[in-house]
Amino acid sequence: MKDGTLVVAGMATLSAGTYAFRWSGQLLRARISFPPRAARLLEAAAVVLLAALVATTALTEGHGFSGFARPAGVLVAGVLAWRKAPFLVVVLAAAAVTAVARLLGVP
Amino acid sequence: MSSIWRTLERGVRGNALLVDAGLTCLAVMFIGLSYGAVAVTSGFPVWVPAAQSVLVLAGASEFLFIGIVAAGGSPIAAALAGMLVNARHLPYGLALPPGVTGRGWRRLLGTHLMNDESVVFALGQDDPARKRAAYWTCGLGVLICWPGGAILGALIGSAVHNTGAFGLDAMFPAVILALIVPDLRNRMTLRAALAGAAIALLATPFLPAGLPVLLALAAVLLLARAPSGAAP
Repeated sequence: MKDGTLVVAGMATLSAGTYAFRWSGQLLRARISFPPRAARLLEAAAVVLLAALVATTALTEGHGFSGFARPAGVLVAGVLAWRKAPFLVVVLAAAAVTAVARLLGVP
Repeated sequence: MSSIWRTLERGVRGNALLVDAGLTCLAVMFIGLSYGAVAVTSGFPVWVPAAQSVLVLAGASEFLFIGIVAAGGSPIAAALAGMLVNARHLPYGLALPPGVTGRGWRRLLGTHLMNDESVVFALGQDDPARKRAAYWTCGLGVLICWPGGAILGALIGSAVHNTGAFGLDAMFPAVILALIVPDLRNRMTLRAALAGAAIALLATPFLPAGLPVLLALAAVLLLARAPSGAAP
């Protein structure tokens, strides 16, 4: 690690900035009164964000494609979750399919 | 805090929630293991991932911070990149009904517990009391498991460096996906989620990390234009 002080400054910035994001959304929500339909839309917006997070973490690494092994595991997990398999089965299946795929030489 | 346990003790669904939250936290711990290991093998002392995991408490941004600084980038630039990744917490805060994060001084901690896992657990519950209980259970679990995993990973170091071989990197998207599946059964929400995912994927090659996911919010417009009867 090159410059300890600068790293600490960076860590402090990231911590404080993240906390500010966590705080400000709630503050806005408390200030403005939303009709029920808008409140449902906000919930759906969170689901859209989470879905985008799933897609990007499953399929990409940096700015490129992650390879096939990881999305294959996540796809199997998605199918199992849709068919209401137990949560543990879903999560372990994701790791297992990805691990086996890599063992077989899939990138 | 005791009211949270009373809420969770109500019936079988409470037990299922505790089991799911426990498993989610276990998965978070495994990801934490690889984070701590990556940090020390990139040349950071153990206290860096340890402090980050407690103070930032948002995995993706911490991985990014470590990666940028290890590659020779400025820590301040790394912090700004990490903040971009964490900007999604603002719409998360908007989505949570008031009171879920607690009131008074507890809200200071409750706000810090906001992350992908605690938010998705809260959204999955019907009434406000259950939302609050689910949020805090998962949030506190992550507060223990993420730093716990990170510190353990940092201490074991290179021994767990090759986490890719165990497919652990597939666990995070799988956990989040499993938790949003009930919401995706609503056709309109599914359509918006697929559109959002497509937008984020198309933007990933061109935009800095974090921005593609935020851009996915444009897909919510699909829902806003829907007739009110078909609202999510």
